[in-house]
Amino acid sequence: MARAVSTNRKIGFTVAAWVVALLIFFPILYTIITSFKSETEAIAGFSLIPSGTLESYAEVQAQSNYFKFFLNSVIIAVGSTILALVVAVPAAWSMAFSPTKRTKDILMWMLSTKMMPAVAVLVPIYLIFRDTNLLDTRIGLTVMLMLINLPIVVWMLYTYFREIPGEILEAARMDGATLWGEIVYVLTPMAVPGIASTMLLNIILAWNEAFWTIRLTTTNAAPLTAFIASFSSPQGLFWAKLSAASTLAIAPILIMGWFSQRQLVRGLTFGAVK
Amino acid sequence: MGNIVLNKVSKSFGATTIIPEIDLEIEDGEFVVFVGPSGCGKSTLLRLIAGLEDTSSGKINIDGRDVTGEAPAKRRLAMVFQSYALYPHMTVYKNIAFPLKMAGEDAAVIDRKVKDAARVLNLTNYLERRPGQLSGGQRQRVAIGRAIVRQPSAFLFDEPLSNLDAALRGTMRLEISELHHQLKTTMIYVTHDQVEAMTMADKIVVLNAGNIEQVGSPMELYKTPKNLFVAGFIGSPKMNLINGTAAAKHGATTIGVRPEHLGISTTAGEWKATVGVAEHLGSDTFLHVHADDVGPLTVRADGEIGVHHGETIFLTPSPPKIHRFGTDGRAM
Repeated sequence: MARAVSTNRKIGFTVAAWVVALLIFFPILYTIITSFKSETEAIAGFSLIPSGTLESYAEVQAQSNYFKFFLNSVIIAVGSTILALVVAVPAAWSMAFSPTKRTKDILMWMLSTKMMPAVAVLVPIYLIFRDTNLLDTRIGLTVMLMLINLPIVVWMLYTYFREIPGEILEAARMDGATLWGEIVYVLTPMAVPGIASTMLLNIILAWNEAFWTIRLTTTNAAPLTAFIASFSSPQGLFWAKLSAASTLAIAPILIMGWFSQRQLVRGLTFGAVK
Repeated sequence: MGNIVLNKVSKSFGATTIIPEIDLEIEDGEFVVFVGPSGCGKSTLLRLIAGLEDTSSGKINIDGRDVTGEAPAKRRLAMVFQSYALYPHMTVYKNIAFPLKMAGEDAAVIDRKVKDAARVLNLTNYLERRPGQLSGGQRQRVAIGRAIVRQPSAFLFDEPLSNLDAALRGTMRLEISELHHQLKTTMIYVTHDQVEAMTMADKIVVLNAGNIEQVGSPMELYKTPKNLFVAGFIGSPKMNLINGTAAAKHGATTIGVRPEHLGISTTAGEWKATVGVAEHLGSDTFLHVHADDVGPLTVRADGEIGVHHGETIFLTPSPPKIHRFGTDGRAM
């Protein structure tokens, strides 16, 4: 009897999980479907069956060079992630292994900056970028995205490092390891899964960032988010073209996410279950 | 060599003093056990010697060299941690080889030393496994292996057996003692278990709230405890400590009588008592009794004794075995 109840429950949970997953995924699915429609089909009304035309993709590529935006996205997302790790690894390290009375406060303060609406600092940031000639530059955007994602990177790494027992580091010290030896032979190999998860998540966050990328770029450094936005023009909304552009923009990150989903889930739920 | 001298060493964390100034000398080749209740500062003292904590004052000398400000690795000490602290991403071989690799030893020398250590510790068949694939006892052996390959001046053990089950603890206790006889190297061993201290030590250091209460051989501490704390801490079952008129009769504020030093009679004796619980262990029987005008007592009797719950017995302490303590808690 108990077994039957638990089986019913399992089926119920599976169905509920599928419904929720489909609801969440539906906008992306409909975007992909719409990208294979003509403009006439796209505005005709709700339909899940496209004609399968590739004309929107051809027009999008003819109108703007996808690969230029793609390259900018890659440079900005990967660059800001590497830069964030360079800053965050030592920060998280010192907070995890030599905490002071203020460590928790500093962590909370860092996180609190994420709660502030970005638009509140838009004008000062824009002016700084303008005066330092960083507007529409890859380097400017890389630094900007590094800064806005830094609190999350530090938090994630801090959580990972906290899971490494301090006694292991002390054992390495007793075994004659210098600070360098400790980092290279003991700490890094143990923290690699955590660093990899953090990297993946940060690449996704940076790839999807639209607020700053659209406002601080025009043509030279514009990534794929700006590429999508450029199809929402004053001449009107072209749904099929917009969908094709969106599909092209999210495809790389969707593929990367698909292949690294196990690592990502582990990274996001690390330390959550005790 | 492994002569360690602590000279007026103290440790404070902010305003909290963990270890007030202490002096201690550990001779080369000795097996010294730091024993005391949880939070008495025994692990902190060990970490001060290891160099994992900085001293607040005082000096630590190892083999006549002042190492107070030196890094842990330069003190030529090896430590076995309570949690084993093995490197989880390395095989047993690499774990044991790690200190040699850090010392820049030749690959052939490393290989020979690791294999020698593995043979001594019965780990030869496990060299390619990772710590996660080993049992608690095997992990402990790997931790010991990692310590012995360095041929340190002294070994430091921080409650190394507390994560093992009772049976394995007994076996490992013997193995560590045997290792000490083989290597003849100084060993400092921290434990809260007075049985471990009594069975393994050449010298026991009893600590309480950071203070050294007494230093001596196990039998010295057992026979002549300097104060009430040591009297109550060393020995299993614990010494019976008796106050009031029964103590005054012997000219003391408190008297202490070990459970094995109480004579039992069913007809006559100094104290009349009623048997509460009788624990039959086979070789011995522990009687938990309530004596009139004295209070609860533990008595160690012969395993064959036929005494049961609720019966009346008479107890007489053996006069030369009575420990007398004054108002300040010190032995008289």
